[in-house]
Amino acid sequence: MIRVFGLAALGAVLAIVAGALAPAWLVFTMTKAIAFGLVALGIVGLMRGGLVSFGQGLYYCAGAYVSGLLAARFGVSEAALLLLIGAVTGAAAAALVSPLIARYRGIFFAMLTMALSMVLYGVLAKATPIGGTDGFNVPRPSFGGWTPGPESADLALYVVAVVFAAVAAALCRLYYDSGPGLVALAARENELRVEYLGASVFTVTQRNFILAGGLAGLGGALNGMALGHVDPFFSYWTTSGEVVFIAILGGYASAVAVFGAALIVELVRSFSGQYFPESWQLFLGIFLLLVIIFLPRGFGSLWAKRATGAKGAGE
Amino acid sequence: MSAAILEVRGLNKSFGAVVAAKDINVNVMPAARLSLIGSNGAGKTTFVNMVTGYLKPDSGEVLLDGKPITGLPPRRITQAGVCRSFQIPQLCETMTPTENILVSTEIAAGGAPHFFRPARRRETLAAAAEMLERFGLTEFANRPVNELPGGVRKLVDIAMSLAMKPRVLLLDEPTSGVSSEEKFPLMDKVMAALAGEKAAAIFVEHDMDIVTRYADRVLAFYAGEIIADDAPEDVLSDPAVQKYVTGTAR
Repeated sequence: MIRVFGLAALGAVLAIVAGALAPAWLVFTMTKAIAFGLVALGIVGLMRGGLVSFGQGLYYCAGAYVSGLLAARFGVSEAALLLLIGAVTGAAAAALVSPLIARYRGIFFAMLTMALSMVLYGVLAKATPIGGTDGFNVPRPSFGGWTPGPESADLALYVVAVVFAAVAAALCRLYYDSGPGLVALAARENELRVEYLGASVFTVTQRNFILAGGLAGLGGALNGMALGHVDPFFSYWTTSGEVVFIAILGGYASAVAVFGAALIVELVRSFSGQYFPESWQLFLGIFLLLVIIFLPRGFGSLWAKRATGAKGAGE
Repeated sequence: MSAAILEVRGLNKSFGAVVAAKDINVNVMPAARLSLIGSNGAGKTTFVNMVTGYLKPDSGEVLLDGKPITGLPPRRITQAGVCRSFQIPQLCETMTPTENILVSTEIAAGGAPHFFRPARRRETLAAAAEMLERFGLTEFANRPVNELPGGVRKLVDIAMSLAMKPRVLLLDEPTSGVSSEEKFPLMDKVMAALAGEKAAAIFVEHDMDIVTRYADRVLAFYAGEIIADDAPEDVLSDPAVQKYVTGTAR
């Protein structure tokens, strides 16, 4: 445990130093990457239990909206508090639907999660008091009572994001390596056997789903603050799909790889969006193909040789 | 007879017109080595499936230590102490035998889940190594099970069940799919692993040489009924068994 948190702290310090040296646009991109990486980390947890959700947009959006509304309408400005509220919102929303959703597997699970996220999208798009399809602006957060000026706001948020991501990745790593984490992997491999050994696959799924919801809510709150704006597209299926893409790119062996994968996706998107605005998805697609062909278990498999024996620790 | 671990009383099960179990009554004592024989469709697997919760009987009762477990889901029956292995090994394929056993011991430990305590601890790894050693699997301990030969996979499957520390262990055709020269060594290993366990072992078996060598009691099934229940030599010399089960009647 000490080793995992030590590595997480080291990773966080390196990431913060990198952020301090990086140009402003890159800091913003890295914050967004952390937000998507957190959502993808939740999907990685689900993948370790043998499932993929195509509807994490729901919990991502719920976290963004609730924390955003508290900031915009009720004057809550503390970044860390808003992030925690986002995480709790996402986890609570996931807990609410989990008794239904944890009964399903495979494509049914994926489609049902997606359907639910589109319901939220539809509701928010019609909810004109909170902006309808336009959404609303989220005020700049404060950090321990200090409200930074525009020149340092992005960096301050980035530092908080790194700390949250490091803690989240470390906790996920510990969970993956724990007994319940091993049982989740076993459920991915052989549900029948897990049930006949006396464990509930339903409970495993529910647990991973609520965890994924919490991480998605955290990511949503973070991205809302980073962008200064939230809208119903947070819950749109393409948003969810993009995060699945990141999770696949990162692979399920590592709790750190998703952040790297998210950064790569964000960078590819930024650059190809600038130079090839009509075809940036093409580059992303080619990139994903290469990863699937040469690293079928994702980037994480580069340093975590075996899923269950993975020793990597969190950023 | 109250000392029986497992009591099966008046179990009935039909699939449409097919009677798969008709008034099945069995008492199983601690440390029993009980073999179920019968041709295909005689009702052996239906019996195993009803005892382990995969099928709900139409009527009748299954009692473990006097407490009813009839119709509970498999998970609850396992928690109560009745565990099974599978004819086709049900393993976590990309994991090693050690990890498969760790899954069992983790679930068997029960209690509140420890999310931040590693699954691979000195004591859990030692327990898994000890269990694999009992089955003579030490040399295979750290290879993915999907790369292992059939007989070894069978043993890993049984070891996973035994690692649950069951009171009753049901083995569904432990030697099926294993070459004839491997059968006796495999059963020797299973029996050696079971030695000293109070668990009752119930195994479905088609090979009468295995039955006579390893069982202390045999149940012969025919058309959903138990037609003989006695020591192996008595059952195998029973005319009805010879006619309907072993086909050795002259």
